[in-house]
Amino acid sequence: MSRLEISNLRVLFPTDDGLVKATNDVDLGIEEGENLGLIGESGSGKTVLGMAILRLLPKDARVEGVVRFNGRDLLSLREEEMRRVRGREIVMILQNPTSALNPVLTVGSQIEEVLRLHKGVDKRSARKRVVELLKMVRIRDASKRVRDYPHQFSGGMKERAMIAMALASDPTLIIADEPTKGLDVTVKREILKLLKEVTERKSMLFITHDLASAAEICERIAVMYAGEILEVAKTEDLLDDPLHPYTEGFLNSLPSRGLKPIRGIGPSLIDLPHGCKFHPRCDHATEVCMREHPPMLQIEDGRQVRCFLHA
Amino acid sequence: MLAYISKRILLIMPALLFVSIISFSMVYLAPGDPAEILLMSPEGSPSPEAIDAFRVRMGLDQPIYVQYLRWLDNVIHGDFGYSYMSERPVADAIMKSFKATLKLSFVSMIVSIVVSIPLGIMAAVKHNTIIDDLCRFGALIGVSIPNFWQAFLLILLFSVYLDWLPVAGYGDGGDLKHMILPAITLGTSSAAVTARLMRSSLLEALSQDYIITARAKGLPEKIVIGKHALKNALIPVVTILGLNLGFLLNGAVVTEWIFGWPGIGDLVVDSIYQRDYTVIQGSILFIAVIFVILNLIVDISYTYLNPRIRYEIVD
Ligand SMILES: Nc1ncnc2c1ncn2[C@@H]1O[C@H](COP(=O)(O)OP(=O)(O)OP(=O)(O)O)[C@@H](O)[C@H]1O
Ligand SMILES: [Mg+2]
Repeated sequence: MSRLEISNLRVLFPTDDGLVKATNDVDLGIEEGENLGLIGESGSGKTVLGMAILRLLPKDARVEGVVRFNGRDLLSLREEEMRRVRGREIVMILQNPTSALNPVLTVGSQIEEVLRLHKGVDKRSARKRVVELLKMVRIRDASKRVRDYPHQFSGGMKERAMIAMALASDPTLIIADEPTKGLDVTVKREILKLLKEVTERKSMLFITHDLASAAEICERIAVMYAGEILEVAKTEDLLDDPLHPYTEGFLNSLPSRGLKPIRGIGPSLIDLPHGCKFHPRCDHATEVCMREHPPMLQIEDGRQVRCFLHA
Repeated sequence: MLAYISKRILLIMPALLFVSIISFSMVYLAPGDPAEILLMSPEGSPSPEAIDAFRVRMGLDQPIYVQYLRWLDNVIHGDFGYSYMSERPVADAIMKSFKATLKLSFVSMIVSIVVSIPLGIMAAVKHNTIIDDLCRFGALIGVSIPNFWQAFLLILLFSVYLDWLPVAGYGDGGDLKHMILPAITLGTSSAAVTARLMRSSLLEALSQDYIITARAKGLPEKIVIGKHALKNALIPVVTILGLNLGFLLNGAVVTEWIFGWPGIGDLVVDSIYQRDYTVIQGSILFIAVIFVILNLIVDISYTYLNPRIRYEIVD
């Protein structure tokens, strides 16, 4: 059964320079217990998509479409109902743990807050539980470190604290936005291992532009470009046989595969290209790619690609 | 922490020494011989003998550095000398005036905080709405009306026209009735700036990622703002409140003068008019000391509000 079903999700930001089309008609589903990777280059709309699910975007953002979670459309819930979903059923681990933790509150109290709000526990047992959670994400001297402020934690520890905070309410879906960014290789490994372990029976939307990380812990991967999903596939299929030229280019730009960058730069989200949004940078582009917007094609079981090459 | 405080106090010492030299020598930079001016009477200039006798009595015949060192030594022992005019101890006059100023400052601060903090928060939470515009307008009026003018308007309305409050004076040892109008005058003028700072500082805090984290937890907006944002936003506000208190404690000269409030500002102005040099020297040094101490207190409270600084200090 689908945990989360996003259909026709569109996010528009009115700005002085024009309408920023941050996501365009995104359709995406996450199954129960599944880890779905969302990859794409910087500015492709990954964070916006994650925040739109929890309705955390600024008030001036125009969000259209349907986000069905356990049967309910989150976008049409009243604010109080939405608040009971946030932090309880769906949690989000923000992109940068250094700015995502409040600098003037102790790490412990920031985790405690979640327990008190969603688990209705008293202060004392909440305190005990916080230490347990910190131990679970393998923070050494947890009983002492609860009283630390975020700046006393290293980058990896802050990320662990964010994960502990996310687990506090035992949610069913975790949206993790670049949880391994800026961490060195060994710490990154450990964080990935930890995430894999704790999401054993949970669903996760794993946002990253690091394909290797996504491949390690996700069963399926969706590729995003200029606010659009271009390809969705099982992880092995995507790595072995990428269907979309953008996915192929993305793979070839990895250090392990030759570090060949895709030519050109990403399009302006205000003035998107006609037809396929990737055609100006695509080596296989034909006349139809410039004229028509490719629909999402269903290839075999669960595999999708938005490209005329496979029509 | 203790090491930090002692280090700060040690650093203050040279500053105070410098201030003491300035306040002592200022008197000698003013034109005219103090002895001659002080002994001037309606009958005419004093005789040279009288001037000499006065100088010897006051120690003014000594070289200036001897006078300074002697004065400094006395000051350190709490003896600010005697007023040339009233011949009473300067320390007594300062203490009496300071008590009056302290009272007025305290009430003014309360007025200022009660007005500025809620207005600033409201303006930030409702930013770019009519409420924000009204707060901005109010603040603009607050900063642009000079204190003396506001004081006169208040006196006209509440004392002359409505006859609710006394025009001026200290009343029975500085009672609340006499304090209301000067406290409103002083409190509202600093409230304008504080409210603007509160607004911008809260808006800044509300744009931070940790606010999104707080919302993502499902916290109600009043906790997101009242706890997560406000705790950060208050840090700069406390600094400006401390500075405001410093200005109040050093005597809001014009306001104290208009309302006949016998505070430290009043004392300085009077002593300057009367060329009461020992009082000028003493009160200026006293004001400097108060300012320095207050700054230290602000810095220390700042470290309590801002853990990043607190731990830098400990390390
Ligand atoms: N509040 C906003 N107003 C206007 N534009 C916005 C706003 N928020 C995001 N955008 C734009 O939406 C686009 C997508 O941003 P998003 O943060 O989702 O990218 P991302 O894929 O997460 O990139 P990264 O990998 O760098 O985190 C960007 O071009 C960004 O400038
Ligand atoms: Mg992002």
